[in-house]
Amino acid sequence: MSEEWVEVGSLSDIPKLGARVVNAPDGDIAVFRTASDDVFALRDECPHKKGPLSQGIVHGDRVSCPLHDWKIMLDSGNAVAPDEGCAASYPIKMDGETIFLSLTPNEGCPNKG
Amino acid sequence: MKERLIVIGNGMAGMRTVEEILKLDTEAYDITVFGAEPHGNYNRIMLSPVLAGDKTIDEIMINDEQWYVDNNITLHKGKTVVDINRKARKVIIDDGSEYEYDRLLIATGSTPFIIPLPGHDLEGVIAFRDIHDVDMMIEAAKNHKHAVVIGGGLLGLEAANGLMQQGMKVTVLHLVDTLMERQMDSVAGKMLRKSLEERGMEILMPASTKEIIGTDRVEKVVLEDGREIEANIVVMAVGIRPNIELAAKVGIHCERGIVVNDTMQTFDPRVYSVGECVQHRGETYGLVAPLFEMAKVCANHLAQHGIALYEGSVTSTKLKVTGIDLFSAGDFTGDENTEELVFQDASRGVYRKLVIEDNKVKGAVMYGDTIDGSWYFDLMREETDIGDFREKILFGQAHLGDSGHGDENRIEMMSDSTEICGCNGISKGDIVNSININKLLTLDEVRAHTKASSSCGSCTGLVESILAHTVGGDYSVAPHLKPMCGCTEHTHDEARKAIKDHELKSVRAALDFLEWNTPDGCGKCRPALNYYVMCQYPDAESDDSQSRFINERAHANIQKDATYSVIPRMWGGGTTPTELRAIADAADKYKIKTVHVTGGQRIGLYGLTKQELPEIWDDLNKAGLVSGHAYGKALRTVKTCVGKEWCRFGTQDSTQLGVDLEKMTWGSWTPHKYKMAASGCPRNCAEATIKDFGVVCVDSGYELHVGGNGGIKVRVTDLLTTVKTSEEVLEYGAAFMQIYREEAHYLERTAPWIERVGLAYVKEHIVDDDDNRKALAERFHFSQSFAQDDPWEARAKGAEKHEFEAMKNINA
Repeated sequence: MSEEWVEVGSLSDIPKLGARVVNAPDGDIAVFRTASDDVFALRDECPHKKGPLSQGIVHGDRVSCPLHDWKIMLDSGNAVAPDEGCAASYPIKMDGETIFLSLTPNEGCPNKG
Repeated sequence: MKERLIVIGNGMAGMRTVEEILKLDTEAYDITVFGAEPHGNYNRIMLSPVLAGDKTIDEIMINDEQWYVDNNITLHKGKTVVDINRKARKVIIDDGSEYEYDRLLIATGSTPFIIPLPGHDLEGVIAFRDIHDVDMMIEAAKNHKHAVVIGGGLLGLEAANGLMQQGMKVTVLHLVDTLMERQMDSVAGKMLRKSLEERGMEILMPASTKEIIGTDRVEKVVLEDGREIEANIVVMAVGIRPNIELAAKVGIHCERGIVVNDTMQTFDPRVYSVGECVQHRGETYGLVAPLFEMAKVCANHLAQHGIALYEGSVTSTKLKVTGIDLFSAGDFTGDENTEELVFQDASRGVYRKLVIEDNKVKGAVMYGDTIDGSWYFDLMREETDIGDFREKILFGQAHLGDSGHGDENRIEMMSDSTEICGCNGISKGDIVNSININKLLTLDEVRAHTKASSSCGSCTGLVESILAHTVGGDYSVAPHLKPMCGCTEHTHDEARKAIKDHELKSVRAALDFLEWNTPDGCGKCRPALNYYVMCQYPDAESDDSQSRFINERAHANIQKDATYSVIPRMWGGGTTPTELRAIADAADKYKIKTVHVTGGQRIGLYGLTKQELPEIWDDLNKAGLVSGHAYGKALRTVKTCVGKEWCRFGTQDSTQLGVDLEKMTWGSWTPHKYKMAASGCPRNCAEATIKDFGVVCVDSGYELHVGGNGGIKVRVTDLLTTVKTSEEVLEYGAAFMQIYREEAHYLERTAPWIERVGLAYVKEHIVDDDDNRKALAERFHFSQSFAQDDPWEARAKGAEKHEFEAMKNINA
């Protein structure tokens, strides 16, 4: 694996059930924190009309897009059925409270921005 | 090991319950289903269209065999459960095999009642109940000519119509002298008879059958009065009987049906029952909507959520005969305490009767034009006070100032390309196709699959009508008391009451106390709960920004390209050269592409990035400009005209009044956006009569108007009252806003709220009750003492920094 981990901040930088944006060379990446302090990263673009997912309401293991309320799974980036599409997801590694992000998206979604 | 659930009966009620369980918890049970019929689960109410040739069997299958495989459900087709050993918790099958259960669900449905006439067992005498019966009828129509249907009720007439469509000559025998007498009064019954006879159906009534004659196969039917009718097939459709034999045999308490409590539990706590076989609070049901409601409640308990209650169903009926529109609901006969409103136009074939008690709809019968059936049904279920529109009610909803759709409502005549949902560009054809292909039965399913009516919601009624029209009349109507969303069984009112009664001062506390089905709600319910908590406890610092929609979290309106708009407040629509200069300077500094005058008499700047927001707010603050809350479910604007200070017609100082109203109410959060206006004379230049609260100044004082809005459905205000002084205007304004804040559902504007509770209710609490009005106003001011801080100022000074800044910039 040639993954390069970039430190992007600490868990406390993100509100519970919230998200923050990381400005990356290929476009913004949204980093989410769930109620149980799991952290996920997705391309900050809804597969529907490119709404900024980082601005949505986080609930359970998904986020509702602020533009037209599509639900996107935080782990896979897939839209919740019956909607179809995906936002690329990015690997996250935690070292204690510190969040590391890989800029190489996970396999499976062509929408890398 | 997982608990084992055995379901006896592979029909709509049983499988709907299983689907509802899977929705709540896919891991709850190992599920085994026994079905006597050799098919998957199909939509029994659609057998009539199959018989009439409008649909095929495949089109009415709900769960095909793959569905059982996909959901790890063991299906035993064609196997009959003959006994239950409740002590050992086992069911015994006709082939002798035994299966153990932890929970048992009896969904054995009902059987058609066969009158034990001489000759009832001849070949060609059948019921109308399952696919087998339909096959027999279609087969008979190929080789024979004459059919007799015994029973002129809903099912009998549908069978008769289907047999006619198959080319047979049909005679209907009915015991009493009104067709469908359980759903129709005599006037509608006569109209129905006339249209059926015009189609070639022969109807004899009153007609009592004496015997059925034939050697092997049926040949004729003999009536008590001696008449004889040739018949190659006889369909008995005289009623259904709950299938209780199995339950009764093993000692489960049964009366007419298997007796269940409000959780669908039988007298054996391990055994549940749903569908047409049950008797609940003395009632048995033969329509689909109640089955679905039961299924939902039963699943809730089987999945051990344990909070839902089934409290009985109010049902409505439609006849599924193409070209005949009739509708009936509730008590349509009435008694000495009720009144009747009747509209009859014999030459157009239109008849409407409403039964009214205490200004509430108790029942309805409609023939010919049934577009408003679902509206009357809603009024009935919601027990709406119809006093305000009683004189127009018979003409339908289109005549109530609902300029949304009105005459478009004729589903059948609509072309497939007619656009239904303007927000999402969904046509009638799209919706009908999706209903057919995906086998959709509820409004929520249609929304999920097509998006129709999922945005602004104004076409909800139309979409429901299309659903009803496509799948038949007794589709699963939205239940009387709607849960807030899929995360809970609780209604808005229940959640609100719990927040109040149990001092739940945070969204988290409410989610926990009310045992939400999802870990932290969703984008629909969390903002609602947050509002209810904030409204109830304004002093508790309970606001949870993560439960707010982005606009209210960022204090700016998100636009389609993810930029934001900034709209500062202009009190009563007034501004100054200094403010205008500050706005112009800011527009230059931030290279604003669009500067736009809004409908609420202020200026909007569009296209700002989120990072720029605190900066531009700081610049605007310096000139005294504050947040206009144009982004919030909150007090938006108070529109005014220049009033008597300048206008030669002005009667009062409407401009100052508008400013005073805005100074009093700014910063308040409301269930939905809230707009006001003050016009200086009855010419009403500030358009006060389409606002949530509008003042029209007259020479003698002030008219107060409430419950109006422009927007999706224009609704003109109702006149609340007239007052003499501007102080009173402010008191009434505060009180009205507070009662709306305290009682409307989240995302319900004043217009639908007033239509729901009735103007009389609002008058009673605001106008007639001085103490209550003053108490409401006082609560409003108490809440305002915590709400009137400019959110822009705090954020310009650095509050909530994380909301506006990127966590990290790794652009090398």
